[in-house]
Formats: sequence, structure tokens, C-alpha cells
Amino acid sequence: MFNITTVLTPEIALAVLSLSLLAIGLLIPAGARKGMMPLTVFSLMGVLGYTLYDFFYGPEAAFLGGLYMHDQFAVYFKILFLAAALLVVLSSGGYVQKLPKHRGEFYSLLLMATLGMMLMAGAGELITMYVGLELMTISFYILVAYLAEDARSSEAGVKYLILGATSSAILLYGISLIYGLTGSTELLEIASKLSGNLTPASLLATVFILAGLGFKISLVPFHLWSPDIYEGAPTPVTAFLAIASKAAAFAVLIRVYLLTMNSQTFSATGQTLLFVLAAITMIVGNLIAIPQTNIKRLLAFSSIAQAGYLMVGIIAGGISGIKGVIFYAMIYVFANMGAFAVATLVAEKQGSSEIKDLAGFWHRSPLATVVMTASLLSLAGIPPLAGFVGKFYLFSAAMDQGNVAIAYIGFVMSMISVYYYLSVVKVMFLAEGDGLPEVPVHGAMKFTMVFTMLITIAIGLYPTPLAKMAIAAAQSLF
Amino acid sequence: MTALPTVSSMSMLLPFTLLAPLAAMLLIVFLPKEETKTIKIVAAMGMLVSLVLSLYAFLNYQWEPGGMQYTLTIPWIPDLGVNLALGVDGLSLPMLLLTNLIGFASIYASWNIDKRVKEFFVLLLILIAGVMGTFIARDLFIFFLFYEIVVIPIYIMVIIWGSTKRVTKEYAAMKLTIYLLIGSAFLLVGMVALYLAAGANGNPTFMFDQLSARQDLYSPAFQKVAFALMIVGFGSLISMFPFHSWSPDGYAGAPTAVSMIHAGVLKKIGGYGLIRLGIYVLPVGASFWAPYIATLAVISVLYAAFIALAQKDLKYVVGYSSVSHMGYVIIAVAALNPTAATGAVGMMFAHGVMAALFFSMIGFIYEKTHTRNIADLGGLAHQMPRLAIGFMIAGMASLGLPGTVNFITEFTIFMGVINVLPVHAILGIAGIIFTAVYILRTIANVLFGPRRAEWDHLTDIRGPELVPLVIFGFVIFFAGIFPNVLLGMIDSGVTSSGLAKVLETVSQAKIGGLF
Repeated sequence: MFNITTVLTPEIALAVLSLSLLAIGLLIPAGARKGMMPLTVFSLMGVLGYTLYDFFYGPEAAFLGGLYMHDQFAVYFKILFLAAALLVVLSSGGYVQKLPKHRGEFYSLLLMATLGMMLMAGAGELITMYVGLELMTISFYILVAYLAEDARSSEAGVKYLILGATSSAILLYGISLIYGLTGSTELLEIASKLSGNLTPASLLATVFILAGLGFKISLVPFHLWSPDIYEGAPTPVTAFLAIASKAAAFAVLIRVYLLTMNSQTFSATGQTLLFVLAAITMIVGNLIAIPQTNIKRLLAFSSIAQAGYLMVGIIAGGISGIKGVIFYAMIYVFANMGAFAVATLVAEKQGSSEIKDLAGFWHRSPLATVVMTASLLSLAGIPPLAGFVGKFYLFSAAMDQGNVAIAYIGFVMSMISVYYYLSVVKVMFLAEGDGLPEVPVHGAMKFTMVFTMLITIAIGLYPTPLAKMAIAAAQSLF
Repeated sequence: MTALPTVSSMSMLLPFTLLAPLAAMLLIVFLPKEETKTIKIVAAMGMLVSLVLSLYAFLNYQWEPGGMQYTLTIPWIPDLGVNLALGVDGLSLPMLLLTNLIGFASIYASWNIDKRVKEFFVLLLILIAGVMGTFIARDLFIFFLFYEIVVIPIYIMVIIWGSTKRVTKEYAAMKLTIYLLIGSAFLLVGMVALYLAAGANGNPTFMFDQLSARQDLYSPAFQKVAFALMIVGFGSLISMFPFHSWSPDGYAGAPTAVSMIHAGVLKKIGGYGLIRLGIYVLPVGASFWAPYIATLAVISVLYAAFIALAQKDLKYVVGYSSVSHMGYVIIAVAALNPTAATGAVGMMFAHGVMAALFFSMIGFIYEKTHTRNIADLGGLAHQMPRLAIGFMIAGMASLGLPGTVNFITEFTIFMGVINVLPVHAILGIAGIIFTAVYILRTIANVLFGPRRAEWDHLTDIRGPELVPLVIFGFVIFFAGIFPNVLLGMIDSGVTSSGLAKVLETVSQAKIGGLF
């Protein structure tokens, strides 16, 4: 058998790491905090390595009386969060060095948010899930407002705080309704008690939970916060917010919404609701992305659209749908991370994130241009990049359930998305960047870029290993 | 489905053909960008290897058993049932050879490029490899993968090396890309629907022959819908009316090599897909839509020919003429009989060679005179006799002069079409008259007439610039005089792939049903 510490090792390691980074940040003098980045990187790599081992060979169990799940689904998401955190840290070295103050706490907070996400993925009951979610969100409140002197960053922080708190309240209200209805916060018990009965109260609870989680994944109509906050937040934070927090919310959405709440007779109506939300999300995200002039805003709307694609997998449900969602979530990390690494680089060297400031990037930084192009095209779903296979899994799962219309909207919208992705590519290749500085890429940043691009291409060409992992993770839920 | 890779004789021939340009591309990536001559030579060598290998494949192909040869099957994405399955038969081998002929010539047509040489050839080689991949794929997923690979290099090539005339090159590039991608979205939906229908009893597959063998799983209603999706997808690729408007704008904006490849082979993926996927896999859907397609095709032929009459820019003339010529291919596909199908594939080959020659000659004219406006040109045959020969050959082939391969294939098409769709055939033949009018007028105004002093400084094409002329000129006349080399091959493909049988059953059903 196993004991609880071996199963919880990654979480414990991350908590210890985060707290010790905080302590180290206080102990060493302010000028000498360059070492924090490598320290974080190597510890994260250790935890990631252990988690990978855990995925393939670890035990599978629910423990603490169903409070916390340790199945391949949870571990798969832990791998995802850790990989995202690692890539964000790797690409943010130079950026963090330029922060005016509080450099030491940056990594500590990042790891705290990661820990929250890991709790969300593993949560087997609603309060644990909520604690994880709040841990993540509160860390993000601080991180978003990290550039305290910058008005836009502070504004973004306040906005995120207010809107995030409202959405948490709604989520919590949903949870309390469920507790009132079933007398339990445990997912399995809720599922069995709710099954079959649709009451006005349970309907309200379901919709509230969907709304609360919909905020985190920026599902239309709960998306309005994301462009402003993405634009205002420090670029590495935006990356982490767009990639990992969204994936975490999807992990909860699958476990709590798809597998628990859908046991009600609500599912037929719920299907229609999700259908409409997913369609609107894809359409609005893609169409509003077209006129954007700021790369972070563009990526924000694109990530709204991407959430819509992922919802298609949720609509499909079942093993194939969940497989599609978690497969796509993983490749989304690498594709988006490539794009955000370039955005971070530009923010660091040119202090701007306007698309026009990417002019002539092909001459100034060929590597970054190629990486950006590959990442954006993967997001658009152009083969042979990973995004194509991911979309194929998602949409074919939906079509298999007879949802041809939603798959059709998905395919057409993803082709339309090529328009705005290519507009960025056009500026980089075509425009002359007279007077703009050379932007060389070095060290960890270079590694991040090349690594994400290689993974994006490799998974696109040979998706089988990741697909097998995703299938195993999806099957572990049933 | 076998778990182990099946290896037939010479199974590595096609992978090597496909990888040669990619290897050259990788090599170029590591060359310094000042070494433009080396880059061009490496690109040409890569394409030469591909060309020689595909020529060898063409000559060594056994007509008698026919069917897919040089096959290679490797399971690729087992949970989806995707196989990396390569192979060629009488339908795809001419297309493969055409791709490599045009690919090789397009390197020489771009010999004088001096702006960002390295990037140009890297993208060009990716483009050629992508097109080649679609024709040698035996798996729908892999087919689609290769098809989409070509879209992005084209976009980048048009915006960087394109030319702004009537429309800006950015507009042309985006129009081209969006049309093809929206078309491919339709295609994707059709493809997924087909895949799910074929995998209804488990054992999912994307292999063309498997998809075709499981026809009893597709209800007639499903076939009609799926074929309609394919028609939009492949129809926009082959620039069928009303999905054609990207084509002239796109060609006009694109650099010469891209126009050559696009008009020469890329477009043909549409026709090839319609035959390979449309008729072969969805015969009931095909026979339902055939009359409508034929009508749209006749409109393509006549309407595009009329517009070509009024064009002032050389590239627009050839652009609209290619829309018009593709109309013949679509009529032939819609006729649903083996003779017409042979003619359709033959016509795609013939038009590919002709269009590539035309665009390369126009490219040289533009490079030397810096104009493509017909009114500004004239009497070029005085200064550039060799270029004039190439232009003449392309023009004569375009209007289907006997002796050129285009005549043979047009003749075959109308032989096949006349019994099934007599009205369409007659209207289509009438289209040839318009073709003759605009082609002859263009030739007269550009090449002949009094000598103009302003063009006296021009040098004729020479050295590497002659390569496209020699290759295409040879192919046009050789295949025109010995048509059996080409048509025999295609015929064996139509017979041995089971297409002839499919067509027979479909056309029988038609006599009782639609006509």
C-alpha cells in the first residue's frame, strides 16, 4: 500500500519550496537575488520529474475519505501546471530582474498559485476545490498588480480582485446550495444524491457553479475581465494566468460539472446551455481578436476563443471528449507559452506590447519570429503543428456524439482565427522596423522558445505518446 | 488493419522523393545568407533528386497489375487509426511527376531573385514537399496534413516577394489564404464525418481504400451531405465558379515560382481530391451532385473565358484562363465515366505544364520590362526570340493545338462527356473559341507588331533561365506526340484502382434515376 506522504509529495514539496523561497528572499541582500531563478527552475524540474514518474507508476487512490483524489487525471494536470510554471519561470528571468522591487517574492507567489492549481485538480470534494481555487486566485491578485508603480497593472489588479471575488461568491453560493440539497460536499455522494432529480434549487446551483468556473476560463459572457487584466498584468503573469489557471478551471469543470452535476436529468438542457455558450465564446473571441493592436490583448481574445474550443470537448463528454480537452490543454500550454515568451522578450527589451512594435522582427530576432509564427499557427490549428491534432480530437469527439453544428462552427472559426494570427506574422516579416533595437535571444529564454517550438512540432507530427497519456488520464476518471 | 508495417519492393522510393527537398531545405537553413549562389544550387540539387526519383517511379511503374505501388505503411496515430501510408497509382503518379517537374523548373524561374534569397528557397522547398505529400498519401489524414502545410508558406511568400498591381499583395495573400482555409474547414467537417461513419463498427480508419470499401456504411443522405462539403472544399481549391475569385488576384500578387506551383499543381489537388475522395468513396453523393457540378463547371469555363478577354494584365489573363481550363476538368469529373476521368487527370497534367510555362515566361517578361500590362508591351519577339518561343508554346498548348498534350486530353474529355452531358460538352467546346481569341490576341499584342525601341536593351533568356522552357516544351510535345505514355498510365490507374467499376455502377444507376 502507500502512505499519504508519498502521494502528496509534489504538493508538499511545492509548499515547502514556496515558503523557503520567501525566506531566502528575505535573507539575502536585495541586489543579489539573481540566484532565485535557477533555484526555482531546478526545484521545479525535480518536482516535475517526480510527477512524471508518479503518472506512470504511482498508485491510484482516493484518500482522506474521498477528500483528495490521486488518479492519473489529477497527476496529468499536475504535470501540466508544473510544466507551465517551469516555462514561465524560465522565460521570465530577465523580466523579473527589471522589476523595481519585490523580486524575491515573485517566484514564491508563482509557486503558491501552482500549488493551488494542483489542489484543484486533485480535489474530490467541493471545499478542497474551493480552497485550491482561492489559493490560486489570491496569489494571482498579487501577481497581476505586481508593477505597483504602473497604473495599468494596479488597475488590472483591482479589477481582477473585485470581479474575482464576485465570481468566487457566486461559486460559493452554488456550493452552499448543493450542500443544502445533499448534505455533502463530496463529489461522489453529490452525484448519487442528485441523480435523476432536477429541482429549481439544484438547477440554480448547477448554473452558479458553471458561472463561477466560467469566469476562470473566460467563457463568454463571463469574459469581460480578461483583456484588460491580460494587458495590464506583467507579461509572465499574463502567460501563467492564460495558460495554467484556465487549465486548472477545466480540470475542475470536468470533475465537478461534467461528472457530478451532469448526473441530474439536467443534462439535456445543460447540453444546450453549454452548446450556446461554447458557440458564442468561439465566435466572440475570434471576431473581437481581429481588430486588436496589442499583442497581449490579442492573445487574451484568442485564449477566450481557445476556451470555446475546449468547451466543445466538454459538450462531447465521455472518454473521448475528456481526452480531447486534456490533450488540447497540454498542447495549449506549449503553443501559448511560445507566444508569451516572445511577448515577454519584447516587453523586456522594448518596454511595449503593441503589435506594431514587432515590425521587422524577422531582421531583429529571427529565432523569436519563427517561434512566434509556429506558436500562433499551432493556436490556429494549422498542421503539422500540434494544434491541428488537438482540434481534431475535440471536434471529432463532438461530431461522434452527433453535435455536427458545434464542430462546424469550431472549424470555421479556427480558420477565421488564421486571419488575425497571420496579421501578427505579417508585421513581423514584412514591416521595416527602422529605429527599433536588435533583440537577441539568450540563455533560458532561448531554451524556452526552442523547447516549446520543438514540442509543438513534435506533438503535431507524432501525437501518439501524449494521446496515450491523455487516454489513460481520461479513463482513470471512470 | 495490420499492426506491422507492410513493406513492398522499393518502399523507400517515395519517402526519399519527399524528403529530398526537405533535406535541401535543412541544408539551406544552415548556409550563410550571403551565399546566394550556393543556396540556389542546393535547392536545385534537392529538386533534381526528387525529379529523377519520380521519373524513375513513373517509368518503372507496372501498368499491368496496376494499383498502388511503392507502398509504405507505418501506423502513426493508432488511437485515431491514422497510418503514414504512402503509395502511388496511375492517378497520382502523373501528378507526382508534374509536381517535381514544376518544382524543379520553379527553382530556375526564381534564379534571379536577390531579395532574402535564403528564406525564399526554404519556403519554396517546404511548399513543394507539401504538394508532393498530398499526391503520395494513401491516408486521408496525411493527405489533409500535407495540404494544409502549403497554405502558410504561400502566404509569407506572397507578402514578401509578391507584387502589388491592381490589388495589393497583402490583400491578395490574405484572400488566397482565407479562401483556401475556409474551403478546408468545409473539407475537415466532411472528412471527420466520413471518418466517424466509416469507423461506426469500430476499427477507425483514414485509408482511402478502406474508406471506399466501407461504402455500405454510408447512407445515401449522408453521402449527399458529405459530398456537398467536399465540393465546397475541393471546389474552392480548383477555383470552381463561384469559389474562384481568389485565383486571379492570388496569381497576380504572387511571385513567379508561387504562381507556377499554385496554378500548376496546387490547384490540381482539388481535382485529384474530387476523384480520389469524392467519386471513389462517395459515388452516390457524386452522382447526385454531378449535374449541378457540371453546370457550375460550364459557367466556370465560359464566364472565366469572357473575363479573360477583357484583362489588361498578363497574369490576370492566365489566371482567368486557368479558372476556365479547370472547368473542363470539373465537367469531366462530373461526367462520371472512365474515359472522362482519364481525360480529367490528363488535363490536370497538361494544364499544369502549360500554366507553369506560361507563368514562368510572364515572370521573365515582368522581371525584364517591369510591367505586365499588355498595352505597354509589344514586339518582344524582336528582342527576345527564345522567350517568345516559350510564350508561343504555352499559348498554343493553352488553346489546345493538335500536337500538344493539351489537345489530346481535351479531346479525351469531350469524348467521355459528349454522350453523358451533350449540352455541357457543346458549350464547353464553344469555350475553346474564346480561349483561342484571348490567347491569340495576347500573343499578338505582347510578342509581335513593330519593334519598340524602348525594349532594345533587354537581353533574351539564357543559361538557367532556359530550364523551364526546355523542360516544359519537351513535355508538352513529347506527351502530345506519344500520348500513351501519359494516358496509358492514367487509364491503368482508373481501371486498377476500382474507379472504373465504381463509375460503371454509378452511371447505370443514373440512367434509371436522374436522366
